[in-house]
Amino acid sequence: MTWIFENWERFWEVTGVHLRLSVVPVLIGFLLAIPFGWWASRSQRARAVLFPFANVLFTIPSIALIVITPVLIGVKILDEINVIVPLTVYTVALMIRSVADALSAVPGNVIAAANAMGFRPLRRFLTVDFPLALPVTIAGLRVATVSNISMVSVGALVGLGGYGQLFTEGYQTDHTEKVLAGLIGTVVLAVLADGLLLLIGRLLTPWARAGR
Amino acid sequence: MPGYAERVKVFGIYIQGGPIGVVVTTGGIRRVIEFRAVTKRFEDGTIAVDELDLAVEAGTITVFVGPSGCGKTTSLRMVNRMIDPTSGTILVDGKDVLTVDPPTLRRGIGYVIQQAGLFPHRTVLDNIATVPLLSGWDRRKARTRAAELLEIVGLDSNFGKRYPAQLSGGQQQRVGVARALAADPPVLLMDEPFSAVDPVVREDLQNELLRLQAELDKTIVFVTHDIDEALKLGERVAVFQTGGHLAQYARPTELLAAPANDFVASFVGRDRGYRTLTFLHADVPVHPVTTAKLGERITVADWTLVVDEQNRPKGWLSGVDGEVEVNERDLISGGSLYDGSSLRGALDAALSSPSALGVVVDDAGAVTGVVRADDVIQALAKARAAGEVPK
Repeated sequence: MTWIFENWERFWEVTGVHLRLSVVPVLIGFLLAIPFGWWASRSQRARAVLFPFANVLFTIPSIALIVITPVLIGVKILDEINVIVPLTVYTVALMIRSVADALSAVPGNVIAAANAMGFRPLRRFLTVDFPLALPVTIAGLRVATVSNISMVSVGALVGLGGYGQLFTEGYQTDHTEKVLAGLIGTVVLAVLADGLLLLIGRLLTPWARAGR
Repeated sequence: MPGYAERVKVFGIYIQGGPIGVVVTTGGIRRVIEFRAVTKRFEDGTIAVDELDLAVEAGTITVFVGPSGCGKTTSLRMVNRMIDPTSGTILVDGKDVLTVDPPTLRRGIGYVIQQAGLFPHRTVLDNIATVPLLSGWDRRKARTRAAELLEIVGLDSNFGKRYPAQLSGGQQQRVGVARALAADPPVLLMDEPFSAVDPVVREDLQNELLRLQAELDKTIVFVTHDIDEALKLGERVAVFQTGGHLAQYARPTELLAAPANDFVASFVGRDRGYRTLTFLHADVPVHPVTTAKLGERITVADWTLVVDEQNRPKGWLSGVDGEVEVNERDLISGGSLYDGSSLRGALDAALSSPSALGVVVDDAGAVTGVVRADDVIQALAKARAAGEVPK
């Protein structure tokens, strides 16, 4: 702990990087997963293609993906994109399933009623299907966010990893306090992010707890 | 005969207001929905609806009834283009529905779905305001209208802010009806709306619908698999047979008296002779009855009806020798009560009574006398002789 207070500025800086590298992929990945998840919720065939593909993406070891990304997309090795792209891929892989399950779970007679009332497709999606899919979607988002926060550290291998930097430096200089600082940072960040999403979910879906 | 009254009323509207759009009339009946040789064949080859020809009159409740897979729901859903026909034409107010864009068509036709299908994430008031908001009303006007409808369907205004999950099944379905009525559509489609609630609540909802219809005078198409519900609600009943055939389209009394074929006869049920009585209202002689109040000392000769302070029936007393004090625990519970509704009520009161005397009550529930089964049968014979029973 003393390391954190003695090096407050440094700690704060890596926290910022860590947060950016984990949250940006969640946002992009989530937005990308919505159309794919929607497609998978409507078509058996899309499901049969997308789900196995998402599973394969998820099984690629994060180290391999992060090391290989700069080669594939050809940007400078220290560019943050090299961490953002692979983590976005993981988020998409995870969220396709969440979004698809969430949309599939919207009751059929509610959708039929919406159609019968005269909703057009886009308005129905934005004001009926999607809001009703939020509880399950947010649960998926919490998993994706926490898993991203823990995975960002692997980015230290390509010189970008938020708290991961503290792990590699601490290991190389045999500085346990530094490693511990990175660990505490990661855990605290994950818990805070998870709690924040839980809170946002509650605020957005007051109806979900309205029971008898 | 409500059906007859409706005809006259509709005829009057037609004469005074003149035809709106292309109105097809036959003898003063305005046909609001018309199926012309409508067939629906699904992709797997099954024929859901087979050459359906049927016209729904303005201001009536028309019930589509039949076993599952008979095409009644498919027929209903073709009216607002939830399903499009394979061939044939459906006219709503003289207009071919296939020429109207589905969302626009649907906003002009009320729809009540099974188990209400309310939006769980919207409050009751917002649920009711759905169609007005879709049609571009401003929010305040839509809310005001929604509050009005909440009252019309018999729900307290404090339900407005609740979510559907906080309502019982019956309350949810009332909201479903309010939502369908919000934009004041002339036509209401009801797809097995009361099938998921318990029998007591269902009866409430049915009575409520009849009350609403008396006030609002909509053209309602109601789908059910329950023949009792069909006979109770329908001014006209269309019986569908498996394979999408319309077996018979008639008034309830005609269905009971003269089923078109064996299928209709068996679907209507073995007790259709008894059910016919539901539609007959004739004077049955009311006989006086000996009554006594609790605590009174009486000499029991034969059956005595025990009543409370307001003269409401509590039970029967019989088989006691000499003078006794009327005691609650000696009472034999009574049968159903006849309130002058129909011959069926009168006969049932007599048949279900331990004394074979059906207790007749007035609107306040006070005893006015008793009826005998023989008298009901005689009243039926008289009605038949007078031509009041359809053949």
